[in-house]
Order: sequence, then structure tokens, then C-alpha cells
Amino acid sequence: MSTEILGVLFMFMLTLLLAIPFGKYIARVYNGDKTITDFMAPIERAIYRICGIDSHKEMNWKQHMAALLCINMIWFFGAMIILTTQGSLPLNPDGNPSMSYHLAFNTAISFLVNCNLQHYSGETGVTYFSQLTVMTFLHFVSAATGMAALVVVFRAFRDKTTTSLGNFFRYFLLSCTRILLPVAIVVATILAFRGVPASFAGKDQIISMEGDTVNVSRGPAAGMIAIKHLGTNGGGWFGVNSAHPLENPDYVTNITEMVAQVLIPVAMIFAFGYFIKRKKLSWTIFAVMTAGFLMLVIPTIYYEIHGNPEITKMGIDQSLGSMEGKEIRFGSAASAYWAIITTVISTGSVNSMHDSLTPMSGTMTLLAMMINAFYGGCGVGILNYFIFLVITVFIAGLMVGRTPEMFGRKVEAREVKIAIMIALLHPFIILVPTAMAAFGITSNPDLGWLNNPGFHGFSEMLYEYTSSAANNGSGFEGLGDNTVWWNISCGFVLIFGRYLPIIGPVAIAGILASKKYIPESSGTLKIDSITFSITTFAVILIIAALAFFPALVLGPLAEYFSH
Amino acid sequence: MKTAFKQSFALTVILIVLFAFVYPLTISFIALLSPGKGNGVKLSKNEKVIGYENIGQKFYSDRYFQGRPSAVDYNAAGSAGSNKGTTNPDYLKTVKERIDTFLVHNPEVKRENIPADLVTASASGLDPDISPDAAYIQIKRIGKVRNLSEEQLNVLVGQQIERPLFGLFGPSKVNVLKLNLALDNLSHK
Amino acid sequence: MKRQTSTTLFQKDLVIAAFKESFIKLHPKTMIKNPVMFMVEIGTVIMFIVTIMTLFSVVSGQGSFAYNFLIFLILLVTLLFANFAEAIAEARGKAQAESLRKTREETPATIIYSDGRTKRISSSELKKGDIFIVKAGEIIPSDGEITEGLATIDESAITGESAPVIREGGGDRSSVTGGTKVLSDQIKVRVTIAQGESFLDKMIALVEGASRQKTPNEIALTILLAGFTMVFLLVTVTLKTFGDYANATLPLASLISLFVCLIPTTIGGLLSAIGIAGMDRALQANVISKSGKAVETAGDVDTLLLDKTGTITIGNRKATNFFPAEGIDKTEFIRICVLSSLADETPEGKSIVELGKTQKVEVSTKDIQQAKLIKFTAETRSSGLDFPDGLEIRKGAFDAIKRITEKAGFSFPAEINNHVKTISSNGGTPLVVTKNSKVVGVIQLEDIIKPGMVERFERLRKMGVKTVMVTGDNPLTAKFIANKAGVDDFIAEATPEEKMNYIKKEQASGKLVAMMGDGTNDAPALAQADVGVAMNSGTQAAKEACNMVDLDNDPTKLIEIVEIGKQLLITRGTLTTFSIANDVAKYFAIVPALFIASIPGLQALNIMRLSSPETAILSAVIFNAIIIPFLIPLALKGVQYKPLGASALLARNLLIYGLGGVLVPFAGIKLIDMAVSIFW
Repeated sequence: MSTEILGVLFMFMLTLLLAIPFGKYIARVYNGDKTITDFMAPIERAIYRICGIDSHKEMNWKQHMAALLCINMIWFFGAMIILTTQGSLPLNPDGNPSMSYHLAFNTAISFLVNCNLQHYSGETGVTYFSQLTVMTFLHFVSAATGMAALVVVFRAFRDKTTTSLGNFFRYFLLSCTRILLPVAIVVATILAFRGVPASFAGKDQIISMEGDTVNVSRGPAAGMIAIKHLGTNGGGWFGVNSAHPLENPDYVTNITEMVAQVLIPVAMIFAFGYFIKRKKLSWTIFAVMTAGFLMLVIPTIYYEIHGNPEITKMGIDQSLGSMEGKEIRFGSAASAYWAIITTVISTGSVNSMHDSLTPMSGTMTLLAMMINAFYGGCGVGILNYFIFLVITVFIAGLMVGRTPEMFGRKVEAREVKIAIMIALLHPFIILVPTAMAAFGITSNPDLGWLNNPGFHGFSEMLYEYTSSAANNGSGFEGLGDNTVWWNISCGFVLIFGRYLPIIGPVAIAGILASKKYIPESSGTLKIDSITFSITTFAVILIIAALAFFPALVLGPLAEYFSH
Repeated sequence: MKTAFKQSFALTVILIVLFAFVYPLTISFIALLSPGKGNGVKLSKNEKVIGYENIGQKFYSDRYFQGRPSAVDYNAAGSAGSNKGTTNPDYLKTVKERIDTFLVHNPEVKRENIPADLVTASASGLDPDISPDAAYIQIKRIGKVRNLSEEQLNVLVGQQIERPLFGLFGPSKVNVLKLNLALDNLSHK
Repeated sequence: MKRQTSTTLFQKDLVIAAFKESFIKLHPKTMIKNPVMFMVEIGTVIMFIVTIMTLFSVVSGQGSFAYNFLIFLILLVTLLFANFAEAIAEARGKAQAESLRKTREETPATIIYSDGRTKRISSSELKKGDIFIVKAGEIIPSDGEITEGLATIDESAITGESAPVIREGGGDRSSVTGGTKVLSDQIKVRVTIAQGESFLDKMIALVEGASRQKTPNEIALTILLAGFTMVFLLVTVTLKTFGDYANATLPLASLISLFVCLIPTTIGGLLSAIGIAGMDRALQANVISKSGKAVETAGDVDTLLLDKTGTITIGNRKATNFFPAEGIDKTEFIRICVLSSLADETPEGKSIVELGKTQKVEVSTKDIQQAKLIKFTAETRSSGLDFPDGLEIRKGAFDAIKRITEKAGFSFPAEINNHVKTISSNGGTPLVVTKNSKVVGVIQLEDIIKPGMVERFERLRKMGVKTVMVTGDNPLTAKFIANKAGVDDFIAEATPEEKMNYIKKEQASGKLVAMMGDGTNDAPALAQADVGVAMNSGTQAAKEACNMVDLDNDPTKLIEIVEIGKQLLITRGTLTTFSIANDVAKYFAIVPALFIASIPGLQALNIMRLSSPETAILSAVIFNAIIIPFLIPLALKGVQYKPLGASALLARNLLIYGLGGVLVPFAGIKLIDMAVSIFW
């Protein structure tokens, strides 16, 4: 067991070791400084030329958002068309059928918004063509979208009083060519060498040792799995995602995939500091996020390695921990660690089945997505954190007797309005649909959605919407979610949960950037101080805890306290 | 707006080519240098492929080491966990039945020594591994069926244990398919 | 000698008035201005209906009549408490303003028509532009500007300062205030404002709420609170269906209680009281603010422009040292100095006599009875005495005296020359003294920093406020005094234009500037400054341009105003924090209570061990209600402001109001539960 804990510590330290220099690199990329990937520049110039993009044209925040929404819209329709016709398209060696309109709607949106909720199973639900042109493609570009949006915010606070915040297409393309693609190739190579399939061959048929005929699903998975983690997407090649022994064959690939998914979210925190030249701020943000992360991960590991108490009662040996829905090669500690990593950042890939987590761990994964700002998804994590920052600045600013200011700009009614609306949105798109689903299942228990009775069944529904709202994509997979209701309702939750939390912070940053710059004085609240960080932490906890506590009480907490 | 649309569309087309085709083909090409050539690592017995190293197989006869319970019955054309909540009464009944069944097949084993992985379903339903304890605990049964001594089998299992990474990180495990291959080899001798 | 300011927080008559007002304010039209409390009102109405229904047993599963009625009653009381907080703040402000206004009601006025006729009318009949005449012993009937004449005026009714002041037409001191009394002479005054539009009238209207507008910061906070309210509305409504799924029946009373407890009623109920109290505190400091925003902005001020004379230094220069020339006895020298100054009525002269006294040199006025006084002129730049015995004493500026001595054929002593130089370079003024045209020594005159000013500037620096000294002195002197007083910057040889430029420069770099002024030529700068405080004695133009008027004409008032502004914001922030932090405990009281019946395991969450679900909910709602009146004194007086620097201040307030806000309700709810369970 101790080697399992050591393994977890090793993964965390390795992440940090890589993320800090990588953050510096990211800042240099967006800043247009010299980097080792400058050999990509001619390719980028060629792409700009073909597309007729002037990469030096400065945009204000509204133009940025218009460009973002426009290109996302194109992707959505493209994905819809491919998914609903995939059965008749090439690269379909296993002969998988086309998707129903509602499943295609859910899937297209889900991948578009970097969530990757999968109401289908990879082996039977999609073709290689879809896996590549929809899934893999959207893995790259949806991550780059979030990163580009974040850079707009970076820009807003780098310069004093400005409305020109760089070019969206440039940030977007740089995210693809300089950050995602090179690292994805490295990660995919590691995975391929550790046994993840990468060829275009279809299913293989073998006769097992005991004489059973078994079909084994395969495909060009390594590349997709690399970018699904790097871009915090999470939508896997196979049905059980990174719990599948071909998707995540051993402890080395587990470390690789683990580090890959949390690399950019953490690196972005440091990139922020390098970019606006306030490194201390990066460290305090990192500290708050890490404190939150530890608060979630420590109990989860604790409860998972101590096993399922109900099974302990049966008198067998549970020294391995709670092994239902877990794989031996990862063990309970690394599975618990992954469960929290994948929910604090918005990956949603899994290497164990969250539905079978012990109730307290289930609470922690839910809480991680309800807060959705400890590290967070590619780019969008800091955007979510930024909302909490605005609210904290406002309350704490009052407490020191000045009208609140942030990065030298006054935070006024308009910014507070946007921030509180975004903060309100998250509970809204989680609680309201959950309430509707709860109402549905209460009045018609024959719907057959739930794989587990009682409180745990409620948790399954709550988890599905929480995961959708947080653009996470993991699930309590027992939920029978490939129905019109779940496909469509989750689809809308996904859209709201993605675009408003991007537009909101960018709008606030854009508005703040255009305001008069006020130099700091000793009366100014410093947002990189320890006191302020503690305040932020408290605000995040209180807002999330207050909004979701009753729901958690009726779900996993009731399950926990009743057994 | 119209120009933004045109730019976005053109960019989309270029990036689809790059990410959906050039990128995966590059990886496929690189993977040709890897052990399984990008097709997954296969294991053979008597020069006949009997399975993939990483895909668990179903072993139901008492003469083989058995793997973990599977929610998909080791059907590698799909994959799934049980998705049962840890307090689900039906699920707990199933676990109890597994324990009882195991005790029937392994009457020498004490209940408190049964490792949890042998009675709980894996996440993928294709878990190729079991814990070392889960292998050791089956030795008595297999020794009896195959007429092999416990020491021989202990050594065999010991050889098949894959240690943590660098001896430091992660759990120890035993690949059931490899173990059973080695077991057959041992019996053959 | 200050005007009576309300000393106790709750005067009996005010409380009664406020009590009545809190019922009147229940009108939905008034309540809707406060979204948080409006939601409570809706909840109260629903509870009223539910209570009636349970009385006639129309509904089932809603609990007993008594329980519902109690909840209804507590919610109503919550509303009344919140209204009372606003009403008492209004009443206090109004009382404060009324006491000022009383002095000027219905005074007789002698109006002069354009044809020269005069007529005795009532002050209320005066219109803007009318000219009236006031004689010695009469009360000035209206605010105005002297057009003709000069008078001594007793302004104690307004300022509380007993010493009469001189006001005369044409200059910077031409403004008079209604309600003050002319002591001598007679003046003609033009009415400068229409009736009902004086600063006091505006102030009273502001307090009464008729024209009270929410300040930008108040609006932002209200939005934030409305947002929180929405979140909890969402939580409560969805909880109903969650409860249904879990087979837990949730009575409306419990759900509404949960909702009311969670929404920030504490700050919601006290928010407007805090704002009014801010203006009221300004008024207690004898500052009339033209809007609530002005007080708020004062808290944000980055740069403070302060006049040197009267603000930083005591009015005039004072003698601080005697330096006798070589060969002159020090006591003798001091005696000569004192002699020369006995008849000198200037503050400098008086200070020389005083300093002499401290050096034990006494000279009686008899000694100079025979002497002839030589007055200071701009030409000679010296003054002195000629005694009958031929002794001539002169004291004056260095160059003037040098001329005298050199003319008389004496050389100017080198050591005196050195003294003169050191004194000048240290920001002082040397006064050279001669006896019969021969230099006997030099007196050092210095600007004296007012006691306590150095500490005050230190305090301001900790608040993050930059202080700038404005003076007519030369840069060298100015720099010296600035250093000594501890101000951050100075404007020497200041002209109104220069002041204006300085303000603009500061504002261009994003700073908020506050200044105080009185003269007409200050008006543009006052208007330009973000917070302009005019002295009540100042010209009408200055008073029009400013956003606050200081009735005491006290230049240090600016510092107080900044602190009041900060206090206002801090009070809002800390009570918001407190209010939200309270929710933690309330959750632990109510949520287990809601579900214990159907999910017994949740008893584990009842960490306060409250005796029953009903008492738990009742205790939470009662706590939620009574915390409002408990905090009214804090809202009215404001949270204490300590200049600690932002981070330390945040830590302090977070500890008291954040952590306190989490802990206090645990204790409070538990205590109330213990009390309630005796009866329940």
C-alpha cells in the first residue's frame, strides 16, 4: 500500500516539476517571444495566408467572442453531420451504425464544449472516421478554444487601459501548433510504446486459453488518448475510457496520462504570472487551488484505500482498498487520485468507475465539479477561478474600506453583475435539471434510468448534470443516459455550462481593461497576499458549499450516514 | 461576420486534415517501431495466438488461476464496470455469493484471507491482472487439481509478480494470462 | 462648545417614531427597493396563507397551526427589524438635521427692493436674488452673499465655535449662513439659494429617503446580494423535488424558513441604515455632504491636498531660538528682543515675548512707555523702538538689517551670517536684531507643526492616502516643512492654477483627489477634485463647486471625512461577510431537521444536538431575526476603522466577522434552541 501512496506523490511532484517551466514556455508563446518551436512559424504563416487571416489585427473582447462562437458553430454542424451519417462513411471496419439525432446532438455538443460526456460506447457507437474527424479533431480545437479565451484575459491585465486584446485566431492557432500538437505527439509516442494500439486495423478475433472465441476492439487510439488528456477533454476511445487495459495498459501510461491531463491547467497558472509579470500572483493562485485540491483528494484516497465497509462486514481481506470498479494495475490510491484530478480539472476521463466509489469519495468528486475552479479545465479553469476572484475582490475590498479594485481597475456594478450571474449559472444548470429528473423518476419509477436504488440513484442523476455543467464528462455510468431526455437536457446544460462561463470572465476582463488604471498604494488590497488567498478560498468554499450542500446531503452524504 | 465565417471555415478544414489524419497517421507510423507495432501486444502458446497481454480472459476451470469478476464477462468487443454503488443491497448480495462460491471451490481458504479483488468486478471488465495475494490464495486448489507442489507454485507465482515501478511507485500485480501460460508450461514439464 | 449631537444611539422619541415607520415601510412598493427583504416579505405572505389554511385544516402535511403561526410571526418580526434599522437611521439623521434647521425657521427679514424701499417680511418669503439688510443683533434670515458692508458674526449656532468671525463683501469671506447672528455693524446680503434648496434642506431630503439614491457601490452590493438570494431560491425550490425523491415530506414552513435563513437578510436589512448612518456621521462631524456618494468616494481618496497654514502648521510662525552675536550676553540679548516685541501685535511678536518668558526674561510694559514705536513697512522691512535715551532697537529681515548696519558703518558679524544661513535652510525665518544699528543677534522663527499631525500623516500613509501640502512659501521652506510634518509631497509658491494642474495630473494617473478650499479662486479646483470640501465661511462659488461643506471651517476635517468614508465601506463589507458566514451554522441547524424523520442517519449532521426538528428550525429563524437588532448599533456607529494597511485590516476583519460569523450562530442557535425547547 505504501508504494501506492508514493506513486501518487510521485505523480503530483512530476506534474509540478514539468508545469512550471512549461508555464514559462506558454507565456513566451503567446507573448510572441522566441521559443524552440519557432520552426512552426512558416506553417502558421501559410495557414493564415490560406485562410485570409490577418494575425496582427487586434480585437476587442466582443470581437474575440464573436470569432470564438462563429468557429464553434461550424464545428458543431460538422460534427452533427458526420455522427448522423457515420455508418455510411469510410473508415468503419467494425460496421458500426450511424447515431440517432439526439445522441449525435449530445455527442457533438459534448465534444465541442470540451466535456466529452459519452452516452455511447466507443467500441460500438462510433467509427474510426468519427473518432478521428469528430473526437480527435474536437479534442484539439476545443482545448485551444479555452486556452485562447484565457489569453484574452491575460492580455487584458498585461497592459494598462486598453481595448485591443490581440487576435483570437492567432491565440487559437498558437495553442494548437505550439502547445497541444508537440506535446500530444510526445505523449502519444510514450503510450504507443507501452502497448496502446495505434494502427488502423479493426477488431481482432482470438481463441482464448479456455477455448472461448473473443473479439478484441482496437484502432488508432494512441493519438486520441494523448490529446484527450492533454486538452482536458476526457472522451476516450473505448467505452470504459482509461480504465481499459488497451487505453491505459500499465502504471507508466497511467502516470503519463495523469500528468498530461493536469499539465496545461497547472502550467496556465504559471503562464499567467509570467505573462503579466506577477509571478507571486501565480503562486498564490496555485496555493489556493492546491489547498482545495488536497482538501478533496486526501479524504478520497483515505476512503478508497480503506475499502468498502459493507464488504468489510462480510469478513474478507480488504487491504487492497475498495476494488469494485477499479483495476489492479493502478490500485485504489492512484484510482482515487485520478478520480479527483479528473473532476477538479474538467477532463472526465476515468481509470475507475466513479459509480462504485464509496459515498464520501463520491461526494468529493461531485464537490470538485461543483466548485470547478481548482486547477480547472484547459484555459477555462482560471476563467472560472477568475469569477470567484472578482466576487472576493468585491467583498474583501469593502472590508478594507475602498471601493474594490482588481489589477488596478475599479470593480463596479456591471462586473459584479456579470460575475454573480456566472456564479449563479452553475447551480442553476445543475440543480434545476436534477430537480426535473428527480421529479420525473419520482412520478414514474418505471423509466428505468437508475442502476442503483435510493440515495445512490439520486447521486447518479446529480452527477450527470454536475458533470455536464462543469464540462467534465465523467459519469456515474450506471445511469441509463442514452435516452432523448438525457441526451437533450445534458446537451443544453453543456452549452450553457461552456459558453457563458467563457464569455462572462472575458467580458469582465475586457471591461476592466478599458477602465482607467489606478496605481497601487498601501491602501490597495493586494490580491497576491496570503490573507487575500485565504479569503478567496473561503469564498469559493462557501459559495459552492452553500449552493450544493442540500443536494449533497440527499445524495452521497445520506448514503454515507445511513450505512 | 462573413469574413470571420470564411476564415473560420477555412481554418476548420485545414485543422481537420492536420489533426484527424496527419496526426494519427504520424502516430501510427511511429508506433510501427513499438513492441506490438501499434496493434497491441499478443501472447502465443505453441505458436498460436491465445490472447492479448493486456486483455484479461475468462478462466472458469479450477485448473487455472482465475481473474477478477467481470461485468461484461471478458467480452473485449465492449467494456464496462458493474457501476454498482458500494451500498447497493443487490450488489452486496452478489459479492456475498462470490465469496461463498470461492469458498466452495477453495475449501482450504479462510474467509478473512480472501482478497477483495477476487470478489469485486473490475472497472473495464477486462482487467488482465490480479493482486499477488489473489494468486497465492489459489495455489492450494491448483496444486490439488494439477498435482503440483505448493512450493513449485509459490515459486511460479513469485516469478510472475510484477513489482511496482522502480520498486517504489504503484501496486504489485500478477498478469493472469501470463501466469496461466507459465502454469501450463510447468505442468508440461 | 459643540452643538448638541445625539449622544445615545436610541433616544426614546426617535425609537417611537422609527417603530411606527417600520410598519409603514412594510408596503411592497417600499420593500421592493430592497430585493432581499422583499423576498422575505413574499415568504411572510405565503406563511400567512399557510397558517390560515392549517387553522381550518385545509391542508395536510404542513405541520401544526402553532408551528406555522410562529414561523409567520418570526418572519414578520424579521421584516420589522430590518425596517426599524432603516427607520432609526433615518430618524437620527433627520433629528440631526432638524436641530440645525430649527435655528433658521421663520426669521423676520428686511428686504430691499430695487427702488430702495425696504419692507419687513418673513424669511420664507425670500427668493433667490433678493437683497436684504441685517443689522447688529439680528439673525441672518437666509444663506447668502454679502454685497455691501462688513460685520462680525456669531456662527456658533452652526459651528459651535464661540469666537465671532468677520465677514465682508467682495472677498473670499463674503458668505453668510442663515441662522447666524450679526454682532456688530450692518450688511446687505443677496439671497443665493431658493428656499428649500439650501444644503441643509438637501441633506434632510437625502436622509429622509425622498431623494436618496443608491450609491454605485451600494448598487453593486445589492446586485451581489440579489444574486445570492437567487441561488438560495434555487436551492430551496429544487430541494422540494429532491425531498420527494427521498420520500421526505417538506412542509412549506420549513422550506421558507430555510430560504429566509440562507438569504443574506442581515446585511440586506441593514444596508440602507449603514448608508444613512454614514452621512449622519459626517453630519455629526459638522460636515454636510451633498450626496451619499460623496462620503463613499471620500473613503477611496488617494491624494489629499492640504493647505499648510492652519492645517499642517499652527497659523503663524513662532520664535523658537535666540542666537546672540559674539560678545553679547544672552540674557541681555533676549531682553532686547522682548523689549522690541512688547508692542508688536503680530503673532510673531507675541511668540517672541512668550519665548522670552520661558527663558525667564521678564520685561514690563512700563519699560517701553516712553518709547516710540517704529512700525513695519514694506519699504524698511523692519520694525522697532526708539527710546528717549537714544537707544534704538530694530528687528527685521536679514537683507534689510544688513543695509542698516552697513549704512551705519558696522560690519555684519560672520557668525550671525552663518546662523542666518542655517535657519533659512532649515525652513525657518531669521529675524536679525540691532541695537543702535549694531547687530546683537538673531531670532529664529519657525513654522510649528500642529501637535498630532505627524501621527495623522503616518495614519494616512498606512491607509494608502498620499498627502500633499499646499503653501505659498518658497520651495526650500516648503520642502523643509513637508519633511518635518511627514507629508508625501508639496506644492510650493502655489497658485490656484498650480493646484488645479496638480489635481489633474493626479487624476490622470488614476487617483482620486480630495481638497479643501474656501476662496472663489478655489472653486474650479474644488469642482475638479473628486471630493471637494468647501468651508462654510467660503464664497458661494466655492460652496457650489464642492460636494461637501464643512460647517466648522476646520481644515483638518478632510482627514476625518476620509475615515468616515472608509468606515462606511468597511461596515458594508464586514456585515456582508458576517451575514454569509452565518449560513454555515444555519445549514447545520435546518438541513438535518428537514430530513431526520425520513433519513434517520442524518442525525449525524445535527452537530449542535438541537432538541427537535421544529425547535431547530424555529431557533434558526429566531436567530436570523434577532441578529438584526443586535447589529443595528454597529451599523449606525460603523465598524471601527484601524489604519493597518490593507492586508492586516482584511485579516483582522476576516477573523472577527468571517470566523465570528461562522461561530456566533452555532452558539446563538444552540442557546435559543435550549430556551425554545423548554416551551415546545
